[in-house]
Amino acid sequence: MSSLSIQLPGLNLKNPVMPASGCFGFGREFSQLYDLSGLGAIMIKATTPEPRFGNPTPRVAETPGGMLNAIGLQNPGLEKVFNEELPWLEQFDVPIMANIAGSTEDDYVKVAEQLSKAPNVHALELNISCPNVKTGGIAFGTDPEMAKALTRKVKEVSEVPVYVKLSPNVSDIVKIARAVEEGGADGLTMINTLLGMRIDLMTGQPILANKTGGLSGPSVKPVAIRMIYEVSQRVSIPIIGMGGIQSAEDVIEFFLAGASAAAVGTQNFVDPFICPKIIEELPEMLAKMGADHISELTGRSWKKNERLAYYRP
Amino acid sequence: MIRQENCKIVSNRPIADNIFELVLEGELSAEMAQSGQFVHVKVADGFDPLLRRPISIASINDGSFTIIYRRQGKGTSLLADKSIGISVDVLGPLGNGFPADEAKPGQTAVLVGGGVGVPPMYELAKQLARKGVNVISIIGFQSSNAVFYEKELAEFGEVYVATVDGSYGRKGFVTDILDGLEGQADIVFACGPTPMLRAIENGAYAPKTYLSLEERMGCGIGACFACVCHTKDDPQGFSYKKVCSDGPVFQAGEVVI
Repeated sequence: MSSLSIQLPGLNLKNPVMPASGCFGFGREFSQLYDLSGLGAIMIKATTPEPRFGNPTPRVAETPGGMLNAIGLQNPGLEKVFNEELPWLEQFDVPIMANIAGSTEDDYVKVAEQLSKAPNVHALELNISCPNVKTGGIAFGTDPEMAKALTRKVKEVSEVPVYVKLSPNVSDIVKIARAVEEGGADGLTMINTLLGMRIDLMTGQPILANKTGGLSGPSVKPVAIRMIYEVSQRVSIPIIGMGGIQSAEDVIEFFLAGASAAAVGTQNFVDPFICPKIIEELPEMLAKMGADHISELTGRSWKKNERLAYYRP
Repeated sequence: MIRQENCKIVSNRPIADNIFELVLEGELSAEMAQSGQFVHVKVADGFDPLLRRPISIASINDGSFTIIYRRQGKGTSLLADKSIGISVDVLGPLGNGFPADEAKPGQTAVLVGGGVGVPPMYELAKQLARKGVNVISIIGFQSSNAVFYEKELAEFGEVYVATVDGSYGRKGFVTDILDGLEGQADIVFACGPTPMLRAIENGAYAPKTYLSLEERMGCGIGACFACVCHTKDDPQGFSYKKVCSDGPVFQAGEVVI
């Protein structure tokens, strides 16, 4: 068995590295650069029942060590994703995690029901944390009761395990995490972006047409690490960690905090080859950490009576 | 094919006020085919600035290529400070450039560049002249100290210069010169600020017009959906084009600009 293979609900991962939703489209662009079968999994772009154009431009603004985006869940809609994008992805030997979104509970249920039937969709990622849409999205992710109810509804119809993507824009993320676990979530993915803004000195106005956007990139990593550290000690479902990952070292840090797999987001925009690079570097990092298998590292920062993990360069 | 390569700086020099010409050595020059394609340049090794900078290709040479940029913000200032011999992380070539084959030998192509929209016109003029197309270049700038590549473009045909303040060439906009060339153009290729492109599209100066658009980009390869625009046949709907990967060059009338 490879030192990197991971078993999670619904997901048989060759390695724990996958591109994060919204940062990889449906894989077509990156397939021109490398073989997608080498990835642990692919989290495809959020899908809503109907096609969406998203927000007006500018949709991105750079920040120190990060970026703001307000794409607004642009996607070709459920039918096209089911009939074109997912069948196209079947040529690759890689499990797909389908990110689902909507404005109402019924929207989520509809998308979950259909996408979970696709043969290569091995898990769903419930997007209750998009900060850039007026209805749905984050509204479901900031209220524990709503989040729980929605998770339950989606679980009822989904034929594959359901992971819930959590928003960091809450005062107590543990409360939301526990609520969706009670609602039947099979796992968590965290964190989505942090709500932010930039203002252009020339115009005196926000740079983004949507005014606010989601902050991502290395500057949010400490927030993600802290939240995974807190949540992983209070739930018994696995966490796929994300938020500013740029290197194999970062992946290890997420595992130590409590993650069982890791997703790379913004860095795909900076270095489109980053996922295969990290996958290649991980075995050497594991050796330096004194671990035989990467799963040994999950939660090492807080687990009692565990062999101490330390870095031996 | 898109490649990522550390390209060595051969030269990096100012050619006008805050305008720099950067020559980079790299195998990816062999992948470059069309003028109007661009490269995505990482100007700093660390986290700040994080994203790459899209810069259009001015000239494809044997084993090297030339890009021209305006020193404006933090990123381009860092690039301007780099000296000969240093390596720069470049991703490219990206996007679809100007379809030079649309201009037939013996026809007249009018190339219009505004400000930092001028650079791709150099490679295009080179390619068109090589195949026997008559090239007329019209380049526009704010003022005389911003003018560049007049002499370089003159190698391939007539060049007209316009400056907004009238300090060099003709006072006014590139479209003022285009108005005077009525009927001469079989095809127009343009790159520059959006208002200029809009005016050229509205002016319908030739049977065929191709425009290179500019938009804030994230990834540059079509994955992040930062630089989308509506299509003309469905201006309020769901159909879209990505400036980075479907463009940046579009035929006039294809997308909403």
